[in-house]
Amino acid sequence: MADVILEMKSITKEFPGVKALDNVNLRVEAGEIHALIGENGAGKSTLMNVLSGTYPAGSYTGDIYYEGKLCQFKTQKDSEALGIVIIHQELALIPLLSIGENMFLGNEIKNSMGYIDWDRTYSESERHMRQVGLNESAQTLVKDIGTGKQQLVEIAKAFSKKVKLLILDEPTSSLNDEDAKMLLDLLIEFKKEGLTSIIITHKLNEIIYCADKATIIRDGSTIETLVKGVDEFSEDRIIKGMVGRSMEDRYPVREHNVQPEVNLEVKNWTVHHPLYPERVVDDNISFHIRKGEVVGFSGLQGAGRTELAMSIFGRSYGAGITGELYIGGQKVDLRSPQEAIRRGLAYVTEDRKTNGLILGESIRFNTTLARLDKVCRGGVIDVDQEIGVAEQMTKDMGTKTPTIEQRVGNLSGGNQQKALLGKWMFTEPDILIMDEPTRGIDVGAKYEIYCLINQMVAQGKSVMMISSELPELLGMCDRIYVMNEGRLLAELDTKDATQETIMGYIIRDTNKA
Amino acid sequence: MTERKNSFDLVKFLTKYAMVIALVVVFVLFAVLTKGMLVQPQNMSNLLLQQGYVLVLACGMLLCILTGGNIDLSVGSVICLVGGIAAVMVTNMHMPAIPVILLCLVIGLMVGLWQGYWIGYVRIPPFITTLGGMFIFRGLGRMVLDSKTVAIQDPTFLNIFTAYIKIPGLDDGKIKLSPIIVGVVVAAWVLLSTAKSRRDRAKKGYRQNSALADFTKSGIIAALILWYCWMLSQYRGISVMLLWVVAICLIYNFITAKTAFGRYFYAVGGNEKATKLSGINTDKIYFLAYANMGLLAGLCGLLVTARLGSVDGNAGTSYEMDAIGSCFIGGASAYGGSGTVGGVVIGALLLGVINMGMSIMGLPDAWKYVIKGGVLLIAVIFDVVTSRKSGSK
Repeated sequence: MADVILEMKSITKEFPGVKALDNVNLRVEAGEIHALIGENGAGKSTLMNVLSGTYPAGSYTGDIYYEGKLCQFKTQKDSEALGIVIIHQELALIPLLSIGENMFLGNEIKNSMGYIDWDRTYSESERHMRQVGLNESAQTLVKDIGTGKQQLVEIAKAFSKKVKLLILDEPTSSLNDEDAKMLLDLLIEFKKEGLTSIIITHKLNEIIYCADKATIIRDGSTIETLVKGVDEFSEDRIIKGMVGRSMEDRYPVREHNVQPEVNLEVKNWTVHHPLYPERVVDDNISFHIRKGEVVGFSGLQGAGRTELAMSIFGRSYGAGITGELYIGGQKVDLRSPQEAIRRGLAYVTEDRKTNGLILGESIRFNTTLARLDKVCRGGVIDVDQEIGVAEQMTKDMGTKTPTIEQRVGNLSGGNQQKALLGKWMFTEPDILIMDEPTRGIDVGAKYEIYCLINQMVAQGKSVMMISSELPELLGMCDRIYVMNEGRLLAELDTKDATQETIMGYIIRDTNKA
Repeated sequence: MTERKNSFDLVKFLTKYAMVIALVVVFVLFAVLTKGMLVQPQNMSNLLLQQGYVLVLACGMLLCILTGGNIDLSVGSVICLVGGIAAVMVTNMHMPAIPVILLCLVIGLMVGLWQGYWIGYVRIPPFITTLGGMFIFRGLGRMVLDSKTVAIQDPTFLNIFTAYIKIPGLDDGKIKLSPIIVGVVVAAWVLLSTAKSRRDRAKKGYRQNSALADFTKSGIIAALILWYCWMLSQYRGISVMLLWVVAICLIYNFITAKTAFGRYFYAVGGNEKATKLSGINTDKIYFLAYANMGLLAGLCGLLVTARLGSVDGNAGTSYEMDAIGSCFIGGASAYGGSGTVGGVVIGALLLGVINMGMSIMGLPDAWKYVIKGGVLLIAVIFDVVTSRKSGSK
């Protein structure tokens, strides 16, 4: 049996009013990839923050043994000194500094005079960048490289800190499938060289692909640890552990009752980049969505799907937009989000925290924001009516919250998504554009969101669903459009589509270019 | 969940009403230190009039700060410009007061539109736009005044802004009766409206606070109004300027708390991108915040000119800082998105009491700056530390 590199025993951590971790145990052996799984709010991130010293020793109870020694980390620096490096979900890179500057931020390499030794900084940086297969100059600014490469910079940064135990919190949540696979392959590569990693992710297929063991956390307690090759190691088995029940169907059944009327039609739609007007982001795209239909948009990052949606939604993205837009057969020209909302369009944004919700305000405030006039008389808000509609929406969406006065920032990801959906349902849309509607939320909440989508189309609404998760598109949509690099490649009936056919289109197109 | 349990959470109470408690403590402290001089009717009457300009400016400044911690540095200079134009037109050019007042308000608004345009539609940072305005309008003001001090004695002008209301038969004696009547009416209205809103809420079955808490609060407010009116009645009665200031505070409280228009300021400060995608024209919100600030600065220029009786090239210097300070002491967030007119009033009064108390004690001016700065810093530190402890990031 391999050496145990990390053992966390009976960790209990309380926040005011909540027991975030209750007697959690975690055992990680040297040189393995250990997945940490649980629904949102189960306590995975809290546990990793305890390990890294973000929550200092004394603020929790229980013991941490690392390489056989009892450790009491006061700060993240203490844990990094021993080779424990955590890479957070939100990347901690500074866009306007170079890759090299970012990598040695906080431990700058200094010469004998105490100045920063730039030559060594950049050569060291590039050495570590080669280790992770990143072929960029260390002097490139971080803002000029894509999210996938930024993730690699974080890992290179970890190597510069002589990492022995690498912790990755949702490393692939902002990556497309191809970049994600590359990252996972890299981890498997490092494993052979003896690196231990702990990976937190919601994507179960990734766990099956790369992990040796999976520890499941539910409601702040460890449920079980599954070992590949010993226990049953499948998505269904893991889901069963996560939710405490077996989930036969991950997608609710829906009667496919697409009506013949076309609700939204886009013809020859071309969008240019707002800062570089010569760059075409969406090239001559035509598509349509019928009443009662869910239409998926598949593609890699940078395929132009979000840009397409935003440019349709009252030109909230892009410059030099040309093309025709029809709603309910009528030609319209939507110049602002306000006009789009009036015409029955709703855009449930990709990133609920930065583009969707006002986190510091209550559910009530957020629910009515997009159509405040509906609860106003002469510009004055009727608070009683507002409370009424917010409570109704919260109930309809199944948002779990003590009151509607709760700040949305304090809700879990799934409940935030439901609050966001409630906000847009309040605008009474006919056409919903949903951009990554289930990103970063747990399996149970996903299922509930899918049910809500089905309810909407049952009422004759149309849904344009942008998603990077192929199984989700296949499980939910009637038709799927495939996009790549700003072009529409194919239109598929879901009955005939598989993950392989969709990826095939994209890969063949990418290879052609 | 209709009636919550009456468990009294002391820590929560102290945090929520920290600035009110600070105001009471500072008030009592200075009342004792000045051997009761502070609470004499004349000083109490002057307290609100002296802080009147801060309150008017702070109402406008709050809207700017709500949009994302943005401030307007030019208001002091606008006061000089508008006050200068008013004085020169009324005194030197013998123009009638009312058209001049209207013209001055338009000039204030135009200054606001000018700055609002650059900030809202061209996205020049507010700090820079208004720093430019601070120099430009100070210079223009001095040009108008020709670097002289111009007095203003036109009775119509002064009556509109600073005179004390005198109703024959009521306000002839040593004790003025009109403040007492106003005080009783307003106090009664406060109590009755509390009772009415409780009854309405009960009828609709909404959750509400305990009767004790609600009535204690409005009882204290009613008592304070009565007491203050009693103070006024022993001095010279109600000043027109007091009416201006109270009206502005009430209007802006209504706008920020009750209207859709007011809510958009909170939304922009809370998350501009999300607000924009919710179909709200965020450029216009910035524009209106600064346009409104210009209008209020213009009004304030008239009030200050009338109260002081003259204008010179240094009029209004650093008034913007008093307004900004009041907002932050009153709990407005330096990042935008939160703050109330009620809080701002408390902040302005706190500064006013400190100013007045120290003046009565005869402390040198230098100390006022040190104390003002210290209070601002302590208030914001307290706000940041307590909100961090309560777990809201």
